[in-house]
Amino acid sequence: MACGCYSEMAGCGLAGIVNRDGKKISGKFIYDSITAMKERGNGMGAGYAAYGIYPDLAEYYAFHVMLDDLDYESEVNAVLSKSFKIVKSEMIPTKEVPSLYKKTKPPYFYRYFLEPRDDARLPMESEEDLVVRTVMTINDKVKGAYVISSGKNMGAFKGVGHPDEIGDFFEIKEYEGYIWLAHTRFPTNTPGWWGGAHPFTLLDWAIVHNGEITSYGTNKRYVEMFGYRCTLLTDTEVAAYLFDLLFRKHRLPIRAVFMAMAAPFWKDIEHYKEVGLEKIYEMVKMIRTVYAPAMLNGPFAMLFAFKDGVIGFNDRIKLRPFVAAEKGDTVYMASEESAIRVICETPDRVWMPKAGEPVIALLNHCKEEDVCYPA
Amino acid sequence: MLFKKPQVAFYPFMVLRDDYKCVRCKSCVDQCSFDATYYDEDLNMIMNHHENCVNCKRCEAFCPTDAIKVVKNPSTFHPDANWTPEAIRDIHVQMLTGAVILTSTGNDKPIKNYFDHLLLDACQVTNPPIDPLREPMELKTFIGRKTDQLQFDSDGVSIKTTIGKQLELEIPVLFSAMSYGSINLNLQKAMAIACREFGTYWNTGEGGLHKSLREFKDHTIVQVASGRFGVDLEYLETSAAIEIKIGQGAKPGIGGHLPGEKVNEGIAETRMIPVGSDAISPAPHHDIYSIEDLRQLIYALKEATNYEKPVFVKIAAVHNVAAIACGIAHAGADAIAIDGVRGGTGATPKSLRDHVGIPIEMAIAAVDDRLRKEGLRNEVSLIAAGGFRSAVDVLKAIALGADAVYIGTVAKLAAGCTQCQQCHTGRCAWGITTNNPKLAKRLNPDIVAENLYNLLRAWAHDIKELLGAMGINAIESIKGNRLRLRSWGLTEQENKILGVLPAGM
Repeated sequence: MACGCYSEMAGCGLAGIVNRDGKKISGKFIYDSITAMKERGNGMGAGYAAYGIYPDLAEYYAFHVMLDDLDYESEVNAVLSKSFKIVKSEMIPTKEVPSLYKKTKPPYFYRYFLEPRDDARLPMESEEDLVVRTVMTINDKVKGAYVISSGKNMGAFKGVGHPDEIGDFFEIKEYEGYIWLAHTRFPTNTPGWWGGAHPFTLLDWAIVHNGEITSYGTNKRYVEMFGYRCTLLTDTEVAAYLFDLLFRKHRLPIRAVFMAMAAPFWKDIEHYKEVGLEKIYEMVKMIRTVYAPAMLNGPFAMLFAFKDGVIGFNDRIKLRPFVAAEKGDTVYMASEESAIRVICETPDRVWMPKAGEPVIALLNHCKEEDVCYPA
Repeated sequence: MLFKKPQVAFYPFMVLRDDYKCVRCKSCVDQCSFDATYYDEDLNMIMNHHENCVNCKRCEAFCPTDAIKVVKNPSTFHPDANWTPEAIRDIHVQMLTGAVILTSTGNDKPIKNYFDHLLLDACQVTNPPIDPLREPMELKTFIGRKTDQLQFDSDGVSIKTTIGKQLELEIPVLFSAMSYGSINLNLQKAMAIACREFGTYWNTGEGGLHKSLREFKDHTIVQVASGRFGVDLEYLETSAAIEIKIGQGAKPGIGGHLPGEKVNEGIAETRMIPVGSDAISPAPHHDIYSIEDLRQLIYALKEATNYEKPVFVKIAAVHNVAAIACGIAHAGADAIAIDGVRGGTGATPKSLRDHVGIPIEMAIAAVDDRLRKEGLRNEVSLIAAGGFRSAVDVLKAIALGADAVYIGTVAKLAAGCTQCQQCHTGRCAWGITTNNPKLAKRLNPDIVAENLYNLLRAWAHDIKELLGAMGINAIESIKGNRLRLRSWGLTEQENKILGVLPAGM
């Protein structure tokens, strides 16, 4: 078995905002929301993901790369240049936050805006596959360099600290996006490593996760069969790859993806048959049979974001908190209602989603949810 | 040269009888099928031929006054780690018979049991264990060919992809192949009833399917072995799945031999051979001398049954098992059954039983790894067999990478077996591995069916408790999840092969 073989345990808080009309929201809101749940973290990890933050370079893949040492930049550059034209590269602006330096020395962050080179693709490889391959190569092969996000017009910002510290460090309040995710972390086992913080991303997917995946070993070995390599020592990464596999590569409808990952109980599946929903019964049974190794077990609440929306969901017996609310075109999801109320005092509706039942908040332009695949 | 045969002079067991308690009811004499006990009218005493005693304990069980104890003969050979009593007795047998030593059941040598060196995980604080008495806990398992990817129609509900027919198990445990001949119909019937009640499958073994058991069709796996006994179209169709038997853990590389004297009318009819004729299964299938031949047989069986039956291939776990299993997956099998070195049997040469093959734990790990590497793991199910003793063994095997487990010895034990290793003699005093009508009727299929059902129920509860402790509520989330295993007392190399970390890491 390849190593990187333990799943890291963590308790956490998470928050997400999406404006279904695509209107930009200042980073200030998500910052306030996640900071309201400081209790849920221990200052050893926090992060943000934002969509719509690079409107002028929206057609290029934005790679956020974390470097343990600036010297590694040339190696990253070399790997990227093999497959991409580097349209723009720069250091991600950061601010000095003295309290952060008491915990760890922050690494360096670069961002690259990339255009795939036509001659770089392998036979049968799609543009997205090329991006994924490049991400895997850098994470796996370039010492001290990790791609922390790789989608278009989006980016992840994360590190070892409280959410306000990390937010200040990356000047989150200066960004504007139509989707935001945030995370604060309570790792029990603290490698003090910036790459271990959430969100985890791949292409334009981002995930924040509160929980511990008890099926990690099964899921990890499953995605490895499809060429993914789990290098970040955390179970959240495997969820990101599962999502990529089921949604992007296998092109399952959104609801089918969640039926695989948080599968209904057999007794509920039988119920479909009993009430005459034979076709649904057949479908769910088939999904559970074929995608059994993709099921996530253990306590979790999770937010998935991609360019077209945010989907929140819980484990099959709701062992971690998860609340959703909406006001007008804005949908909020968080571990605690307080984190929503702090930025939206009077939501139109607040609810506790049922175990395993996803909350799907897509942009208005994709009401036909099944056609909304990632780019 | 010798006054007595050494077997008569030096016997391993003796029957102790408390003469004060003995009421001369003679039930021990009645029950003993090995001629170890007799009544002496002149003395009004129950006497013993200790040399015939096999320690089956039937007499002990039937003694109404608890007057009998079967014990190891305290008189044994000089202590010698090399020349053990067994080694010496084997020489005695062979110097007299000039034959291989036949035995039965599974390997009884103290070989390392890797299951005993594996520990399961449990949840503490960072995630909650799940209480199986309060929350759903799912053991449903599907055996059969699946696929890597489902394709949906544009309606988002209909699935275009089709997969092979699946066996649906309510517990990841099936009863292993035991033929009519090696065991009797009563045990087969008991297994069939228990499977129908519980929702799992039993396996006919290579002796055909007796007409009285056809009603259990939907829970029956029919076996096609090298002797092709009882195989015709009707047999193939009267099944939930078909298993091609290539090998068996207790005797890899050899066939089988049911002596003619055991072939009574029922067996003859079911095996489609004349009464009293030897039923010999050749070592190889004479139409399978290579992997491409196996493929032809797999597809011949599928063609014959209109692609409605999953076809399994059962092999013994031998050194190169991973590559062989891959070949079988490529050849089109829907499931691979692997029988490890501790696998049992009704009759085998002792040298093969104890020295050929590899442990099932290693085989599961190696095969699961290789199938994944080749991208074949979703195409084929993996059933492990050979010496499984408990629900814990089952769960550990699944965590190593098996989909389900075959149990055989456990079924016999539930029917009263005491593991005396005399199945091959056809004299089983418990009426299990014998077709002697007087003995066979000692086994009541309805009672044994209930016992087997209880056993499955108990194991299901055990597995659920263990899963719940691990914070898992569906069996598929432990499949191949070796991170929830730790080893103790294994070498680095053994850990590497099993794909597990040592405790403490």
